[in-house]
Amino acid sequence: MTLARKKVVWAYIFLAIPIVFFAYIRIYPALFAFQMSLHDYNPLAVEQPYVGLDNYEQLVKELNKRKSPTKAAFQNTANYLLLGVPIQLCLALMISLMLNEIRFMSTFYRIMFFLPFVTSTIAIAWVFRMLYQPRFGLINVMLQLVSLPQQPFLNNPRQALPSVLSLVVWQGMGFAVIIFLAGLKQIPRTYYEAAEVDGASRWHTFRFITLPLLNPTIVFLLVLQTISFLRMFAPVLAMTEQGRGGPLDSTTTVVLRVYREAFTSFNMGYASSLTVVLFAFILVITIIQLRVTARRIN
Amino acid sequence: MESITPSNLFKERSDSRAVGRGRGEWKYRAFSYLVLTVCALTMVVPFIWMLSTSLKPEKEILRRNFFPNQATVDNYSEVITETNLPLWYKNSFIVAVFSTISVAFFDSLAGYVFAKYNFPGKRPIFIIFLTSLMVPTEMLIIPWFIMSSNPPIGGTWVDTYWGIAFPGVITASGIFLMRQFMQGVPDELLDAGRIDGVSEFGLYWRVAVPLSLPAIGALCIFNFLGNWNAFIWPLIATSKSEMFTLPVGIQLFSSEAQTPWNLIMTGASLSVVPLLIVVIIFQRYIIEGIALTGLKG
Repeated sequence: MTLARKKVVWAYIFLAIPIVFFAYIRIYPALFAFQMSLHDYNPLAVEQPYVGLDNYEQLVKELNKRKSPTKAAFQNTANYLLLGVPIQLCLALMISLMLNEIRFMSTFYRIMFFLPFVTSTIAIAWVFRMLYQPRFGLINVMLQLVSLPQQPFLNNPRQALPSVLSLVVWQGMGFAVIIFLAGLKQIPRTYYEAAEVDGASRWHTFRFITLPLLNPTIVFLLVLQTISFLRMFAPVLAMTEQGRGGPLDSTTTVVLRVYREAFTSFNMGYASSLTVVLFAFILVITIIQLRVTARRIN
Repeated sequence: MESITPSNLFKERSDSRAVGRGRGEWKYRAFSYLVLTVCALTMVVPFIWMLSTSLKPEKEILRRNFFPNQATVDNYSEVITETNLPLWYKNSFIVAVFSTISVAFFDSLAGYVFAKYNFPGKRPIFIIFLTSLMVPTEMLIIPWFIMSSNPPIGGTWVDTYWGIAFPGVITASGIFLMRQFMQGVPDELLDAGRIDGVSEFGLYWRVAVPLSLPAIGALCIFNFLGNWNAFIWPLIATSKSEMFTLPVGIQLFSSEAQTPWNLIMTGASLSVVPLLIVVIIFQRYIIEGIALTGLKG
């Protein structure tokens, strides 16, 4: 056997287990999810009848209702995303610009910002839930210290979503800071020197040098954070009464709906159609990212 | 070898710092430190609150003091002796260690093959692996659950370590990362090994792996963190309290009417603190690894 042939054989031997794994644990279940979304799939029932696009029709019907948990889930997820991503990226950019210029204690600050990111979301979400409690929660205690009115936070349909969002922004910011810092390090110093010689102000330097050169980093983070907001689940489960996404569905998310439909109501067909929609969103975002990135290379 | 280690790529480059500006500079500095300190405090206060609550006796929980008046470890002894938390700890640890070892081996092996071998079907196979990154876990949990209740081997995978761990024993992102690093392994070295009669597996194990240890190390740390904190699948894959992982256990602590805040904060402290210590020790390595790979834990 020639060396080239031998290498081909070994390549396949080495890849055998990963190929089987991806086929059986990733590809097949993804196709299975599509198929389930076309059935009235209840694992407790004797039969799983084929229903065509009924689940998707039901989804559209729910979205057209004036009020439905599914509609609330999509609206809230959009709110989380449209508020959370810009807030998180702006804060992270500001912090990393500052961190990039200091020397004294810079490692200390980096660790501080980074700690929440490696922490279990469930554990820290419970901590936040306690911080938000009326009477004995730390935030209300502090409000009282400065004689401000007490706030219901998680118990109020209007304040609950921003309260949950704060935790998510708080937890994910360290990651964005680290990626921004890495991006900032790639910008050559000569550009800044030239700007300084030209007498550019700090704002101009930021606007015309830092921001354009940071563009790839921003696109990367935008996509990653958008996807992670689309998939939001654990914080809502941990921070709301019985994990229901309340009060009055004001914090529920698409993935929480999936979880409830599939594992409390056993409407797995309908739940699968929700995940297919989620997948479609993620696919579109990824394709846009690939387009944008490709254009830059050209 | 021009090795592409995290520390190489993101070495502290002193020249990358913005240049000093003289006039007004100290004001900006002072402002930066002020903002950073406020933000950093916001980052740590919840952790301190968590620890402080875990040390409060039960009657102090609903009072308004930040630190306990009479610190006690009663909550810790109660959590350890009267709940399944020690079991959850063990389960989380077993699952995380098992997946991490498996990922370290299979991801680096597959990455090595994609970097160093040519074979028919290489491109499509690699693309299929990468495409699977786009499919969110949330889409797969329902099929996994059905598969776990009725698997090809064994009676049921629900409430078993394998059942919790199987989705993460090989990862596409890890394969992609390892492929990048393994491309830096010189072909001359591999060919020299072949002439000396080293087996193909020996080339991977004794040449490629030792040269990629920094990358494998980073992969292992992220994988461990990711598995330790993994939530949605362990929540579905377990039904018996004895098989919960830590996050699942903490979530289901308060299924009764009353919320045992002191016990939850104790459980949270126990799950978070060991990781925080590990992260503080390895912080430089972890931060560089994240910057390099963009891996999310």
